[in-house]
Amino acid sequence: MKQRSKGKTVALLGMLLALALLCSYIETLIPMPMVVPGIKMGLANLVVLTTMYLLGPKEALAVSCARIFLSGFLFGNMFAVVYSLAGGILSFCVMLLLKQVWKYNILTVSVAGGIFHNLGQLLVAALVVENVNILYYMSILFFSGLVTGAVIGCISREVVLRLADLEGRK
Amino acid sequence: MENRLQLRKLNKRDFVLLLVLLGASLGLLAWFWFGHQETGVMVEVTVDGELYGTYSLKEDQEIPIISKTSQSESEASNYLVIAKGKADMIQGDCPDKLCVRQAAISHVGENIVCLPNRVVVTIIGEEAADTDVIIH
Repeated sequence: MKQRSKGKTVALLGMLLALALLCSYIETLIPMPMVVPGIKMGLANLVVLTTMYLLGPKEALAVSCARIFLSGFLFGNMFAVVYSLAGGILSFCVMLLLKQVWKYNILTVSVAGGIFHNLGQLLVAALVVENVNILYYMSILFFSGLVTGAVIGCISREVVLRLADLEGRK
Repeated sequence: MENRLQLRKLNKRDFVLLLVLLGASLGLLAWFWFGHQETGVMVEVTVDGELYGTYSLKEDQEIPIISKTSQSESEASNYLVIAKGKADMIQGDCPDKLCVRQAAISHVGENIVCLPNRVVVTIIGEEAADTDVIIH
């Protein structure tokens, strides 16, 4: 990939962060089935995943963490931040491992990311309330992570392909 | 352009991992559906991981739950209602209200969690209700 100037990278990351934040906001507007609390589309992961493929892991982690703090305090509360952070970091590590070390396809990476995001959140929740009973939600959260991860993976793949084209045309 | 083909192509390894994940999730779902058919007998409420009380599902009642976030020692932070054999959280002073929005529960193992107040409501069966001590 062509070397980008530092200023350009910072501007690009700022834009991506704004986009991720917007995704979080849109997500709060979409009503999700309340079978189990915590089912989310994971739209922001679209931005994180795309950043990871186009710019690199460090940049993606920065966007992801900044997004969690900002959206947590804007649309949620302290609790939301802690759970999101646990899910976000666990899913990021898993996605990085699958992408960089084992060279899996972006779709697989996204599916695993979706699942582990939910698992991370649930584990922290179980620790906070000191009650293992809530792990019973795992089944539904695992499945919802898989489905939303697959959807986000498909979209990310198209976005990365098209943005990579843009890069080449310059 | 090589990069491009790589993105499009799902390798055999990808299929294997995706199938494993799908299998695991279907397995968990099956466990979830078939493992939670038994109608509950009692409702167990824990606050901060400690047993707060157990209540019969057969009696219609309203249970005020006092947790650390309560304004005073006598004011409840959450209200649990038992009616027609189902337990439902009807009120909570938590910011997200996820516990209130959750549907009523009645099967063994099902639960309602209020994360900010660290309140967990779980449906338990006959056997669990018989034990005196619950170890966490």
